[in-house]
Amino acid sequence: MIIYSLTFYLFSTVAVFSALMVISAKNPVHSVLFLILSFVNAAGLFVLLGAEFLAMILVVVYVGAVAVLFLFVVMMLDINFVKLREGFLQYLPFGLLLGIVLIIELGILFLTKNFPNTSNFKEDYFSNFSNVENTKLIGSVLYTKYFFLFQVSGIILLVAMIGSITLTLRNKDRSKKQVISEQNTIKASKSIIKKKINLGEGI
Amino acid sequence: MDITLNHYLFLGAIIFTIGVIGIFLNKKNVIIILMSIELILLSVNINLVAFSVYLGNLSGQIFAMFTLTVAAAEAAIGLAILVAFFRNLGSIEVQKINKLKG
Repeated sequence: MIIYSLTFYLFSTVAVFSALMVISAKNPVHSVLFLILSFVNAAGLFVLLGAEFLAMILVVVYVGAVAVLFLFVVMMLDINFVKLREGFLQYLPFGLLLGIVLIIELGILFLTKNFPNTSNFKEDYFSNFSNVENTKLIGSVLYTKYFFLFQVSGIILLVAMIGSITLTLRNKDRSKKQVISEQNTIKASKSIIKKKINLGEGI
Repeated sequence: MDITLNHYLFLGAIIFTIGVIGIFLNKKNVIIILMSIELILLSVNINLVAFSVYLGNLSGQIFAMFTLTVAAAEAAIGLAILVAFFRNLGSIEVQKINKLKG
């Protein structure tokens, strides 16, 4: 159990540190990289909790897709980031005050409410660890009880895809297309000109 | 020194707070604000999974998956809006996003 505790503290410390670096790094590229580090550490915590499937999904979806998307956008846009950092120190006292208030409130909430603690999470959890597959369990619930929500989340992704394509698509005429109606209305008298060419002259 | 549910809840609370502070500090940079929102959603996921494991109920993990889906959609649309905005204005300052006069 001591190894479990140490691993938890390692992962959570690195996650919190990298989350801090996300909001305070000067270069946004570094911010994105620290965001990736934070996600990977959260995935490690999920593995520690026994939610392997979600950990892998976190790595695939967040690190593989979302964070890389952020990286692309940060690198593609030519932005003066120094100018955007103006007011960082100006808002620092207010932000810190708000953060301290928020964390104290949440702490009070967690400490006063008695959650059912380690009752079903001890040795017998770890003895069940190997013979119950997390992925199988999730599948058995997701495709039966939550099937409708699963389909709706697919529709959400479809809408997001269509939305982002329509937002960023520019209809430039890069390719040459045929306009059928124009072609049908062309008359021979307009498109063909007869010229009389004298012998030996050319046009 | 067992790791209890409260440990995970406090971790989630800390990351949530960092995300909220990040929105306040980087008021001008939309990219950092979007990343802060991702951090907040990550903390929500940590809470959901921790509750799911400690209460022995699988619904939390399913909900975390749906949160993940929504977060991915939100990031995609947010970044698309950002790119479209940058094309029109040549800047991503939040203060300049006032075309709708909202």
